[in-house]
Amino acid sequence: METLLALILVPPLLGAALNGIWGRRFSRPLVAAAGCGAAGLSMVMALLAASAYTRAASTAPWIHTYFTWIHSGTFHADFALWYDRLTLVMTCTVTVVAFLIHVYSVGYMEHEGGFYRFFCYLNLFLFMMLLLVTAANYPLMFVGWEGVGLCSYLLIGFYFAKRSASDAGKKAFIVTRIGDAGFTVGVALLFWSLGSVDFSDVFGRVAALPPGEMQGTLTAVGVLLFLGAVGKSAQIPLYVWLPDAMEGPTPVSALIHAATMVTAGVYMVARSNVLYAHAPLALALVAATGGVTAFFSATIAVCQNDLKRMLAYSTISQIGYMFLGCGAAIFASGIFHLMTHACFKALLFLSAGSVMHAMSGELDMRKMGGLRRRMKTTWLTFLAATLAISGIPMFSGFFSKDEILAAAYNGPLGRHWLYWLGTVTAGLTAFYMFRGLFLTFHGPSRVPPELEPHVHESGRLMTGPLIVLAVFSVAAGYVSWPRALGGQEAFDRYLDPVFAASQEFVRSLVAAPAPGRLTNFSLMALSFVAALAGLGAAYWLYLASPGLPGRLAARVGWLYRLVANKYYVDEIYNALIVNPIRVASEKLLWQDIDAGLIDGGLVEGAAEVAAEVGGGLRRLQSGNIRSYAAWVLLGAVVWFGYVLLNR
Amino acid sequence: MMAFQSVDTIRILPEIILSAFAILVMVLEPWVAARKSALGWLSLAGVIAAALATLKTAGSPGLAFGGSVSADGFSLFFVDLFLAIAALCLLGSIHYLERDRVHHGEYYALILLATVGACFMAASTDLIMIFIGLEISSISTYILAGFKRQELASNEASLKYFLLGSFATAFFLYGVALVYGLTGTTNLLRLREQAGGSPGAALAALALILMFVGLAFKVSSAPFQVWTPDVYQGAPAPVTAFLSTAPKAAAFAVLLRIFAGSLAGSGPVSFWVLWISAVLTMTVGNLAAIWQSNVKRLLAYSSIAHAGYVLVGITAGGAEGVSSVLFYLAGYALMNVGAFILVAHLAGRGERRVDVADYTALAAARPSAAALLTVFLVSLAGFPGTVGFFAKFYVFRAAVHAHLIGLVTIALLNSVVSVYYYLKIVVAMYMGEGETGVSAAAMPNALRAAVVLSVAGIFYLGLYPAPLLAALARIPKPGL
Amino acid sequence: MLQDYIPVLVQLIAVVAVAGGILGASALVGKKRPTREKLSPYECGSVPVGNARERFSISFYLVGMLFILFDVEAVFLYPWAVVYKSLKWFGFIEMFVYIAILLAGYLYLWKKGALDWSR
Repeated sequence: METLLALILVPPLLGAALNGIWGRRFSRPLVAAAGCGAAGLSMVMALLAASAYTRAASTAPWIHTYFTWIHSGTFHADFALWYDRLTLVMTCTVTVVAFLIHVYSVGYMEHEGGFYRFFCYLNLFLFMMLLLVTAANYPLMFVGWEGVGLCSYLLIGFYFAKRSASDAGKKAFIVTRIGDAGFTVGVALLFWSLGSVDFSDVFGRVAALPPGEMQGTLTAVGVLLFLGAVGKSAQIPLYVWLPDAMEGPTPVSALIHAATMVTAGVYMVARSNVLYAHAPLALALVAATGGVTAFFSATIAVCQNDLKRMLAYSTISQIGYMFLGCGAAIFASGIFHLMTHACFKALLFLSAGSVMHAMSGELDMRKMGGLRRRMKTTWLTFLAATLAISGIPMFSGFFSKDEILAAAYNGPLGRHWLYWLGTVTAGLTAFYMFRGLFLTFHGPSRVPPELEPHVHESGRLMTGPLIVLAVFSVAAGYVSWPRALGGQEAFDRYLDPVFAASQEFVRSLVAAPAPGRLTNFSLMALSFVAALAGLGAAYWLYLASPGLPGRLAARVGWLYRLVANKYYVDEIYNALIVNPIRVASEKLLWQDIDAGLIDGGLVEGAAEVAAEVGGGLRRLQSGNIRSYAAWVLLGAVVWFGYVLLNR
Repeated sequence: MMAFQSVDTIRILPEIILSAFAILVMVLEPWVAARKSALGWLSLAGVIAAALATLKTAGSPGLAFGGSVSADGFSLFFVDLFLAIAALCLLGSIHYLERDRVHHGEYYALILLATVGACFMAASTDLIMIFIGLEISSISTYILAGFKRQELASNEASLKYFLLGSFATAFFLYGVALVYGLTGTTNLLRLREQAGGSPGAALAALALILMFVGLAFKVSSAPFQVWTPDVYQGAPAPVTAFLSTAPKAAAFAVLLRIFAGSLAGSGPVSFWVLWISAVLTMTVGNLAAIWQSNVKRLLAYSSIAHAGYVLVGITAGGAEGVSSVLFYLAGYALMNVGAFILVAHLAGRGERRVDVADYTALAAARPSAAALLTVFLVSLAGFPGTVGFFAKFYVFRAAVHAHLIGLVTIALLNSVVSVYYYLKIVVAMYMGEGETGVSAAAMPNALRAAVVLSVAGIFYLGLYPAPLLAALARIPKPGL
Repeated sequence: MLQDYIPVLVQLIAVVAVAGGILGASALVGKKRPTREKLSPYECGSVPVGNARERFSISFYLVGMLFILFDVEAVFLYPWAVVYKSLKWFGFIEMFVYIAILLAGYLYLWKKGALDWSR
């Protein structure tokens, strides 16, 4: 087992090393083979581990310590891996999606420079992501956490010659760093209060606490860790980096900024469920942040014209859902949505990439339309993903989203207002997704004439993964047939060994919310109605009467402008945070303090002193060998004198 | 006289193998006319053979040759360290010698002999043997420093090193003579037994100081550091890589044997001598380095500063201090050798491009070289993630545990100062605009191997120092 | 402890006194009649002519140094010969190795042409 676990991690690292060191000399097929082979091998290992773990009788986690990593005083962190059912779900999701995206990239990056660099980063990312989800203590998890951040930065800025791309990379790095600071402080606080950062120690000790004990500290830890999740998973207020991150190559957006890395925050919260169970206040904050973010960014997505940016806001919104589910203390619902979302959102991005490929890089949906006829496969796969994300019954998103909404309504920490917000968001989601589908694939063609002849279906290397992902997007939901329809929510039951205890603890801790009048079935019906309403509105506005959106936008111009400009959040951040810092650093720190005070006063003053000293040193360093010898002798004599006087 | 046993040869087997290879290379040199690099590879094979021999030696630890040489964990650590340094320097030299048209086989033989000398310094438990080791390594390095016979700077470096080195060695020998006069023995183990009844404390202290001066010169501790910048700058850069690590580490090994071990009887005196030396050395090294525009000279001052940090660990003493010093020396060797051989390559034929200004915009022209050099510099500056960080961390921690808060404060301030001049080069490479002045030649494979190995070592020990530390904690420390 | 060295000090004083006394006495008592020949440097009886800073062939120094090297090494053979009987085979092999190393050096010199005067 020990070896098998490690073998999930090793192939991508080797692949990254191989392509990183010799990739420049490899031929393209060789680079592709090394990259995809590593991801594929990792996937096989993950599946083998999954079957081995499932066959084992015990549901206790496998914990394997490979070597001592840091040992300093009482602080102890091993390189140790942790494998339980949650890890199982994460590793399988990550490796399967990653493998498909690797294959797709071979086709997508065919004409791009830096082919080997791309696969090196991609493999490295996969390694870091797997390290993140298999780590058995917070510091090691943090290594993966920072590692994926680094790879994300490298890959967003992959087209580094492009100014906007490298700026976007920096923005992502800096914004997420704010969250990471919180994460680091949280882990430090954890160590300070519990004396350990090891999952088994921490969870064991916290689970044994009587209700109410250490709640203050654990709430602080929970909030600080969640701050890290907010940065990494692009939630309010730190979501601004994700839309800009779309500057990266599309497979990167699919893998890192939709399916895996951005959901790391959700995983972290779910992994720390024992901590959060003892800090209901922090959990309520998670739920509220998730719900509000889901709604807020869905409204922004409605007015986006850039296909990938629309998908980016949609991602933010969907991750909000996941936090909502976790925050309502039904952690399994969040993880379930994480899994289905990984499939259909990766599919949406990859299909968008296929469109982008056909359109020579054009992403403005106003310049598309009618692509359905020219790109049948892409259209079908995009349609499948759209149905899934919109929550149309019998597609995967339907099952997972409904579980979250039910959690928001009935869960231990559910709130009715969060439920209603989520349901409205479901309607908005259906609206903007179908808007995107209709604008891109349906209606009359608005493709600029110079691009028209180029439009074509993508090659098999790209459509193959699309089809596989489409199958997953449709089918992934069936692992958890809902209660409302007479099922057992098998997926949730599967994860019970990980989550059930915390869930029950929270239920015992807080006053149960007033039971709502809606049954599970009516909840489901309501969200279906919302989805249908969104779909209908989109159809009416963008297919039936295409002039209407413009008139509508003109009618409520202020509102449209507000939303279309993403509530001016970037501008507000610029005005309130970025510019003051820039001005302060330029004017105050640089021109006044640095140039004026420090350079003028201190440094030049110091420079004068140093020049004096330097002059002295120069005289000492004359190059004259006799004076050197004299120095040696002088030193020896001084030491003699010192010793004789002090003995 | 103790009878000779065959196990004695096993206990100095690495040194024997190195010497044999040195002689072999020397004898073959006149016969090999065209491909002198073959001699370089032969020497490398010798180093590897010696490294394998250390495994054999480790199997039968103990004293050899009448108690004058000791094969213990301490000496084997240093022997392996010197072999690693020698291997890296050899890899970094082969193409350098070719390029600068000074490809003579003697170079390799001298590197091997200098390594033998350093090994004996670390392994000897007799002052006379230490002195012989010191001389073997010194004389070899005197010649190496002047290996570019046609270049004035190289000649000057060699002559200065020779004259001042002999001067300083004389101090050491005088100290040894005094010790013999006082106690009738030069064997450190026997001296330790006698340390209880202090014979003539004043003379003993004088003897100690005399030996300290000789060694302080070798480790370039202030005020005996005056020769260092001139010699390091003038010597061929791969030789500087060797000079700044192996003989220095060997002298530290002897300092540890003498000061932490046998002669530590004179307590407070040697403590304050070490304390003051550490402070002076760090401060002089760092302050002078700030003003340097020549990369070799800058690194020379930086190596003085690093000797100061090592002295902090020696001042701290105790098992923890000694362990931290050993760790520091290993890490320091990796980054300093790497930096110097990379600089040697970048400087181009005749080492003309050694100004910081020449490194402007290197990152754009040669990203991999710039990245590798950055790793070395950042590690020298002690950034986390690199071995430089843990090296400093453990030395300072040992000092804190020894309640040397003042010393650690000064050392920390010094580290902060040092960041400036290391980053000066990094900033020039990454943010400077214009044409880069350094050589555009591709890195030869041997050099690349050496540099990549050093970088790998830097990251390995920087991310995962536990195994080496555990091993160092296990080995018996002389005199403790 | 330091008293033990008093004889050495006495010896030192005696040496300085005797040497200084003799030189001083001859300076005080002796007659000084300097001539050209007396003031010229002594060079084994031959007349010094030309500039003293004459250039010698580098081979002169080289051969000189090599002679000293091999000559001094031979000194080690004497103590070895004295204890040879107690060292037995060990001593024999040790000296064999020692001579072999010397020979290797000699071989190197020869091949390098260091002994070739005409070069």
